Amino acid sequence: MSLTFTLDGKTIPFTEGQTIIQAASAAGVFIPHLCYHPEFKPHGSCKLCTVKVNGRHTASCTMRAAPGMVVESDTEEINAERRALTQMLFVEGNHFCPSCEKSGNCQLQATAYHLGMMSPHYDHFFPSRPVDASHPDALLDFNRCILCSLCVRASRDVDGKNVFALSGRGIGTHLIVNAKSGQLGDTDFTLDDKAAQVCPVGVILKKRRGFAVPIGERTYDKAPIADTVTEGK
Amino acid sequence: MTYQLETAQHPETLRRVAIDPVSRVEGHGKVTILLDEQNKVHQVRLHIVEFRGFEKFIQGRPYWEVPVMVQRLCGICPVSHHLAASKALDIIVGARKLTPAAEKLRRLMHYGQMLQSHALHFFHLCSPDLLFGFDSDVTQRNIVGVVMAHPETAKRGVLLRKFGQEVIRVTAGKRVHGTGAVPGGVNKALTVAERDELLKDIYHIVQWSRDAVHLIQKVHTQDPGLYNSFGIFRSNFMSLVGHNGDLDFYHGTLRARDDNGKLIFDHLDYQNYNQVIEEEVRSWSYMKFPYIRSIGKEHGWYKVGPLARVQNCDQISTPFAEHERKEFIDYAGGSPLHAPLAYHWTRMIEMLHAAEVIKELLHDDDLLSNDLMVQGERQMEGVGVIEAPRGTLFHHYQVDENDIVTMANLIVSTTNNNQAMNEAVRHVARRYLNGREITEGLLNHIEVAIRAFDPCLSCATHALGKMPLAVELVDAEGQLVHSLSRA
Repeated sequence: MSLTFTLDGKTIPFTEGQTIIQAASAAGVFIPHLCYHPEFKPHGSCKLCTVKVNGRHTASCTMRAAPGMVVESDTEEINAERRALTQMLFVEGNHFCPSCEKSGNCQLQATAYHLGMMSPHYDHFFPSRPVDASHPDALLDFNRCILCSLCVRASRDVDGKNVFALSGRGIGTHLIVNAKSGQLGDTDFTLDDKAAQVCPVGVILKKRRGFAVPIGERTYDKAPIADTVTEGK
Repeated sequence: MTYQLETAQHPETLRRVAIDPVSRVEGHGKVTILLDEQNKVHQVRLHIVEFRGFEKFIQGRPYWEVPVMVQRLCGICPVSHHLAASKALDIIVGARKLTPAAEKLRRLMHYGQMLQSHALHFFHLCSPDLLFGFDSDVTQRNIVGVVMAHPETAKRGVLLRKFGQEVIRVTAGKRVHGTGAVPGGVNKALTVAERDELLKDIYHIVQWSRDAVHLIQKVHTQDPGLYNSFGIFRSNFMSLVGHNGDLDFYHGTLRARDDNGKLIFDHLDYQNYNQVIEEEVRSWSYMKFPYIRSIGKEHGWYKVGPLARVQNCDQISTPFAEHERKEFIDYAGGSPLHAPLAYHWTRMIEMLHAAEVIKELLHDDDLLSNDLMVQGERQMEGVGVIEAPRGTLFHHYQVDENDIVTMANLIVSTTNNNQAMNEAVRHVARRYLNGREITEGLLNHIEVAIRAFDPCLSCATHALGKMPLAVELVDAEGQLVHSLSRA
């Protein structure tokens, strides 16, 4: 007998051990997310994928699906909460989309569009975060970091290099580079690393490539994020 | 050093009239006028009241981001900043010569911008003054008034601008703030469909541009007493001049002439611009005052933009525009015409030239080529110069070995015209305001003089016609004597 739960009234099949977001993606239903990536263990930190399960809030990337669950996701209430979380991410960093080379390929920007975010709403923090340009092939722009930890997980779990880590606590949490100098140029990081491929925003960038893809051919020019992010992508 | 009417001897005893903000121009500025009890003018200044800071916050950013970032200086001619920065960074990446396709695509983008910006300025911002009169009914003196009284002229203005914006869209990806140019080339060629869509309209765009030249020529020549003398002052000219002395908006060498048309310098590689140009800072404006070093601060300032370019070049490469240039030069009578209102005439000659160049380019198959990028030996410093709609635009960058910008210097087109605009405003104040009761119509004369230069006062945004203009006349004790509002 197949296992199912309902998501916004739709019956979603799942297999034993699948999380709600995995089952939803497999069924072609989009749940907004930033720190979740199908190839990595869930981190559960960004909270964008929060849904209500039987009336209680939970992160759909960490909650395993169970038979008969009643899950709400695409509701006015939950999307308003997601929008507020996205606005907080925008004001905590320095996200200047107009001059960011990740614009059009950025998951944070695309999610903000998806959620109908019209302004940052909150006061900007304008943190001072110098870029790290020490590596010959890659640039780190910490201004855009949303602390999803995908680069940390990729470098540790796939590349076996441990180039990145999150340091500090609470509002002081920040991305660091595992080198005595703190500079990417003093690590064994290369553009072939998985960690170089997973950043959902514009922190880890290949140097001298910015704006090579014309407007109209960028990922989210072609289709909104809800149509492009499914299982395995 | 002081200029006549720049600084009054005893400002504390004078009344102050402010035009704040100046309307129907790009960006935000104000004019202050100090008057004595008999309304005699003692001081006139055009102030730029915004501080932008781009030169500072570009520092510390990767160089390839710069062409996209700096274009945010402006919403009217961002392509100028986009391309001037790209040209400077071409030098940084060692791309001294672009592929034919890349250069032509950039040129197409730029001439599209020239067309739309000149059309916007002439039809939307200035035609109300020129068609109705400087002190005509203020409720009619705007683009809506032009639409009501001259619907065909207004419609052409809108469609000319729209066409220029479409040229920008197909080359840069967006009508405003696109990403087409990258250091070393461009990121996109034209598709056949995009080219054919533009080709469909270009012939009547050329014809409408010719008609626009004839319209302003008629307006100008019908009232030479006004148009040849309003706000007039003599000065040097400067612009880029292309191959063989052609009018060229995209590339060339620097040429400057004195007020009689005699060459000051010519064939100057703009990589060495700072050997001939110096910038002065004055305490009362955020806009700097550039001047030609060899002549000095007092007499070394100059005019840029259409009036300078059309009189500085030896010829125009396209036939209709060249014919109109000759008509203009004949009218000027063999020596340079310095009248600010002649900017409008030359601006329309340039719009016609832009339309003709676009037509030529659209017949060139290089636009469809995907050979778009070159690279060479990496350099640490580069200068990019372009003729923006409002005049010569300089971008100068230094980039370190990690690809981070360490120094930026921009001399924006309007900055080059700073002293010239102040002189025009002072001339008009002396001629029209001295000893009279201030009225809205008289104050508009000041604005007409400023508008002739098509200034982009902070290279920023623009509000259409109805910017809230409030003028207050305050006596020496600070009491409000008289006020006028255009809210």
